[in-house]
Amino acid sequence: MDISADLLLNAIVAGLLLGGFYAAVTAGVSISFGMLDIVNIAHPAFIILGSYIAYFVNINFGIDPIVVSIMVLPAFYALGALVYQVYYLSFEKRGQESLRGLAFFFGLLFITEVSLILVFGVDYRYVEAAYIGPSIHLGLIDMPLRMLVPCLVALAMFGLLELFVTRTFLGRAIMAVSQDQLALQLMAADPIKIKRIAFGISIATASIAGALLIIIQPVEPSVGREYIGRVFAICVLGGLGSMPGTLIAALILGVVESLTATFYGPSWAPAVSFGFLLLTLAFRPAGLLGR
Amino acid sequence: MSALLHVDNISKRFGGFVALDGIDLEVQPGERLGLIGPNGSGKSTLVNCICGTLRNEGGSVSFDGHVVDKLAAHQRTHRGLARSFQLPRPFHSMSLADNLRIPLLYTVHARKGPLRSAGDLDARCHELLDMVGLLKKAKQLPRDLTQVEMRKLELARAMAAEPKLLIADESMAGLSHSEIDDILALLMRMNERGITVILIEHIMSAVMSFSQRLAVLVSGKKIADGKPEDVVQNPEVVKAYIGQ
Amino acid sequence: MNGLKFSTIAIGVGLVVMAFAAWLGLDYFYFAGYTILQYIVLATAWNILGGYCGYVNFGSAAFFAMGAYSSVALHKFDAVIDTWFPDSSIAPVLHAIFPLPIPILIVFGGIVSGIAGFGMGYLTLRLRGSFFAIATLALAVVLQTLVVNWDFVGGSRGAYIIRPEEIQFAGITINYIVYLFVLMLILAVIALATARAIERSQLGFGFATIRDDELAAEASGVPTLRLKLIATTLSGAFMGMAGAPFPYYIGYLQPASAFSLDYAVNSIAMPMIGGTTSWIGPLVGSILLGSLQQIATVTISSAVNLLIVGILLVAFVIIAPNGLVGLVQEHWRKRRRP
Repeated sequence: MDISADLLLNAIVAGLLLGGFYAAVTAGVSISFGMLDIVNIAHPAFIILGSYIAYFVNINFGIDPIVVSIMVLPAFYALGALVYQVYYLSFEKRGQESLRGLAFFFGLLFITEVSLILVFGVDYRYVEAAYIGPSIHLGLIDMPLRMLVPCLVALAMFGLLELFVTRTFLGRAIMAVSQDQLALQLMAADPIKIKRIAFGISIATASIAGALLIIIQPVEPSVGREYIGRVFAICVLGGLGSMPGTLIAALILGVVESLTATFYGPSWAPAVSFGFLLLTLAFRPAGLLGR
Repeated sequence: MSALLHVDNISKRFGGFVALDGIDLEVQPGERLGLIGPNGSGKSTLVNCICGTLRNEGGSVSFDGHVVDKLAAHQRTHRGLARSFQLPRPFHSMSLADNLRIPLLYTVHARKGPLRSAGDLDARCHELLDMVGLLKKAKQLPRDLTQVEMRKLELARAMAAEPKLLIADESMAGLSHSEIDDILALLMRMNERGITVILIEHIMSAVMSFSQRLAVLVSGKKIADGKPEDVVQNPEVVKAYIGQ
Repeated sequence: MNGLKFSTIAIGVGLVVMAFAAWLGLDYFYFAGYTILQYIVLATAWNILGGYCGYVNFGSAAFFAMGAYSSVALHKFDAVIDTWFPDSSIAPVLHAIFPLPIPILIVFGGIVSGIAGFGMGYLTLRLRGSFFAIATLALAVVLQTLVVNWDFVGGSRGAYIIRPEEIQFAGITINYIVYLFVLMLILAVIALATARAIERSQLGFGFATIRDDELAAEASGVPTLRLKLIATTLSGAFMGMAGAPFPYYIGYLQPASAFSLDYAVNSIAMPMIGGTTSWIGPLVGSILLGSLQQIATVTISSAVNLLIVGILLVAFVIIAPNGLVGLVQEHWRKRRRP
């Protein structure tokens, strides 16, 4: 196989940009699964929902998709809080979160996907923005803006979350609740309320991730499913609840996927992330930097 | 080596937190050992490591002459190590009698072969429930029990496995004086029949009257190990309980 | 009643169904009935691991598809015997054996998927339940990608299997679709009888402890890993057996349809709606939900019918966690207390 430096370099750069985006996609699950121990496999469905909302407003009102996603953040937060409340009352309280909680989120995933099919159909949808199209050229490297801009926004969001979790009182309360609920209660903080806020934030990130997704690639309802494996692979590989670990794992996955797609063809790409996930679970479930 | 249980310099960490820091412990066959220590000192972690629920990171555990580090928890139970859980963990979809049937089927049968008929099994379950005073509730589900009754069920389930060494982890919390005496008498009877007992408790009167030897755990380290009268006068032990 | 008596009654019920179908004289009944019977097997198989042990498998489609694709591979093998073994004495022997009859294909499918179930279990069952569930999803996608890239079975283009019109059996000519229906009926009876036998045995008792409290089960002497492996192997095997005749039923097999998420949702929704603690639950769930979907697909659209399944699943999981069987049991319990 003729591996030119040009091709290799571009594949790696594309992978890094993709990885940055993946980190944003995974940030929400890092909170819900890594810190709250809630297996929200419906998270990708919320992301796709975000994509479609960005699409709808963009196509009908011409507003930039990222701006749209920020505008609807409160709605997504409220949705997340609502979903958590139902989850808590139905499952966590009764101690049945493993079987029934999983089935619950699976059902939500399905309902969201099928509803989107019924409303929008199965055609691919795109958004329009000034930065979709042009690229920056740096020597041998081509960086399409439609990849670069989402990556930068993703890293910014990721950085904000990391600051929030380590520097603010609420953020540290969320870390605390993941480690010792009883101690938190003794400090007169309500763990349920904190978890609800955390889950709301987790779903809010899906809004932004969704806008970024539809900038990077055209979207149709079943695209979410590919992301289930990616998101959990990154989460587990990065070590649950470790934000820096998640970022590193996301970048690694992005690069490996990009190289596979470039040199072996895109039809192998889903196997990469899901294969990674299986291998990690089988051999190193604590992740790279995990506890 | 004549010790029934030999814990050799075991350690256990959870992330950055050191739960056990080089614990050495020996228990002789037929002995009654009391294990005390403040909350969070690592007593339950120690039990979990001995029984295989958790894997220790350093050192090793030997039971009945064999190193058991590589054995799964159920295999250690088959060899005669049984424990009750500090926070009761009953099988909530089954009746009390069925809860006891599990160790009978899976441990006693595994050891001795299926000698018992269904009728014998039932009789044995009822006998065990009677020993802890729960016979009347044999057909009920664990969710209908009080906390105290659940602790008794925990103890009965550990006893059902016919162990050589029984570790009773805070079985007496919340019991009345007469109930405590009943459980102590029960454990004494088992000890007289040759079963070694490790009693983990906060109720000092029970621990003092029951134990032949007392070990004290503080912050993952064993700070005392000897005759109960001597240990309670050990200045470090006093400091740990009363504070600086 | 013991297993033999139960099986006899089940077969009796099956014969009644057959007689009814023959009287109706509608081919459609056999087609629809096959689908429902297939779901009975899938739901029952899922429930052995999910309902009895408490381990959720999202990758039912993978095991089903492996059964289907092993049939396709064996079917295609028949065409290449001469190419692969040109001048040897093996070719005539192979020609005599192939193409394999469907019951043998079913056994093959069961073995392939059973081994896969064992393998997956071995890799992932030492993790806690939620990790296991995610791993099953991962496995399904990895397998689908492998099949899509495997040209021998048609890859993403799919594979055609021409279904014969009829089949000779002991001198009688039977319509092929009837033949498939009967095979699936027998498989469903076997699956139900197996699930029922497990429930009443020590094995089932052990499964329940795993579901209730795995740590306590281990401490009581239950060899949890071994039991879980038995459950995954059995569950996988039955799903593979359900999938083996599928290419013959449908005529044209594509990875997208074999690995369809519909199978995953249905094999979870049917037991959870029917009730997960007994063999009756998956049976009730698959008949109700299966029929509902057949009606919905024909009258409304197939997308709406999936939406209904999703909504029912979420509703039941929240409101009636023990399913329909659980609701009935609650009702009886309340009536018994004066």
